Amino acid sequence: MGVVTYTSYLAVFIIVLITLYLLFAGQGEWFNIGHFLEESSPYMWSMVGVGLCIGLSVLGAGWGIFITGASILGGGVRTPRIRTKNLISIIFCEVVAIYGVIMAIIFSSKFAYIPESDLRTPSNYYTGFALFWGGLTVGVCNLLCGISVGITGSNAALADAADPTLFVKILIVEVFGSIMGLFGLIVGLLMASKANSFTAMEKAAVPL
Amino acid sequence: MEALFFNVHAGFIEGIVRGYRSGLLTTQQYHNLTQCDTLEDFRMQLSQTDYGNFLANEPSPITTSTIHAKATQVLVDQFNYMRANAVEPLSTFLEYMTYAYMIDNVILLITGTLHERDTHELLERCHPLGVFDTMPALCVATNVEELYHSVLVETPLAPYFRDCLSASDLDDLNIELIRNTLYRAYLEDFHKFCSTLPGPTPDVMHQILAFEADRRTLNITINSFHSSLSKDQRARLFPNIGRLFPEGNNALARADDLEGVKNACEYIGQYRAFFDTTGQGQTNGSSALGLEDTDAALTRLENAFFAHEVHLNKLSFLQQFQYGVFYSFVKLKEQEIRSLTWIAECIAQEAKDRVEDFVPIW
Repeated sequence: MGVVTYTSYLAVFIIVLITLYLLFAGQGEWFNIGHFLEESSPYMWSMVGVGLCIGLSVLGAGWGIFITGASILGGGVRTPRIRTKNLISIIFCEVVAIYGVIMAIIFSSKFAYIPESDLRTPSNYYTGFALFWGGLTVGVCNLLCGISVGITGSNAALADAADPTLFVKILIVEVFGSIMGLFGLIVGLLMASKANSFTAMEKAAVPL
Repeated sequence: MEALFFNVHAGFIEGIVRGYRSGLLTTQQYHNLTQCDTLEDFRMQLSQTDYGNFLANEPSPITTSTIHAKATQVLVDQFNYMRANAVEPLSTFLEYMTYAYMIDNVILLITGTLHERDTHELLERCHPLGVFDTMPALCVATNVEELYHSVLVETPLAPYFRDCLSASDLDDLNIELIRNTLYRAYLEDFHKFCSTLPGPTPDVMHQILAFEADRRTLNITINSFHSSLSKDQRARLFPNIGRLFPEGNNALARADDLEGVKNACEYIGQYRAFFDTTGQGQTNGSSALGLEDTDAALTRLENAFFAHEVHLNKLSFLQQFQYGVFYSFVKLKEQEIRSLTWIAECIAQEAKDRVEDFVPIW
């Protein structure tokens, strides 16, 4: 954990340094968030959103599976009967990755190629931002859901090995954990459903 | 946070050790064992438990010491399996656990040499978990200085030994002093090491180590009542950890009899309970407090200590993603071997009335 802490301190330090440099060099207006949001392409936002969505989901699922898997393997050495039953925990983790895949497919159905000159319409900006934040929502939800299911699955495996009656009880806890990923999926769907596909600017609308 | 990364290095081996834990004998199995009439029956009953056929190849008139040795061998095999699968920092943790046995072995060898026992016989009696390469050389040492420079300086025990270099000759009292000084340094070091580990490991281990330290403090105090040990020397043997430290330790350093010990423990609820039963035992017996009576009280105290240790070790299995389970498993298994030996001994000597005096685990 020390590495993570120091890296984040370093990042904050560098950002503050650059900020102060620009500010005192008379270039403070470079820090214009609105400008940045307008400058950057809606494509960039939507693509990053899809990437985060699938990437974080798979990270969560993978993390959960290795936490559960290590415990199932260890517990299964002395009590082989737990191995088949506890595959359900692995499946719960895997489902989280599937949520990510579904959302990434839905998000990517909005993509269409538009020439650069026709790209910057309010509708396209909205699509870009909606996909970005929708993807981030789904991704983070699934990351945490996968970890939570993984840890509970590891508990379930070891508890099952010690006392078979505990399996169903812990499985219920695990099911509730895995539902949280579904919340992210639903919210992501709602965010994306309002967004239109990328469409070209209508020529008639720009007589200026 | 420890749950996120613990399984990377120790998830598998934790699963294994919990599997071993499930193999510990249950109350029902203990009950069956106590019903046995001969050691042959005993062997039959044991073969149905997790021990399996570990006695199968032994010649028929089986002895208690064989059972003890074979059961210890089972524990050693399991421990070595854990060690083989462990990576840092778990491997260091397991390493620390063997130091306690090393100390016992060192003391056993020095004492044996002092009383001119046969070296090979002594080496056989050493605990297999605490074996180290230069161990046979311990038998030639005649004073502490020599002992340190020729043998121990290469072992992990060397830093613990620094405190007892002042003791010059090896006689019975000095050996006892060395043992307790070593153990004190070991406990403090282990305590410090556990503090450096992440997550709930220190929480769990500190409880167990604190009790271990307190138990030693109490034992040292009680055993020093009729010896030539001065109070000042006694205070120096107390570990600087534990729930009795510092106030209780000071009181114990000044205590003159069991009553004083009892008063020192008054502030800690669980420890007070140990003395409540012993207190009753004393008043029920003769008021003159004969030596036998004190002995009975001490035996009961000892059993209460064992029961409390088992209780604490059982608690550590309630928490996942920490190293306490490894320590606790070995301690529980040791306790189980003690119980098995006790039951076997009772059966061999046909002392059925005392067969229930062991500490059951689950």
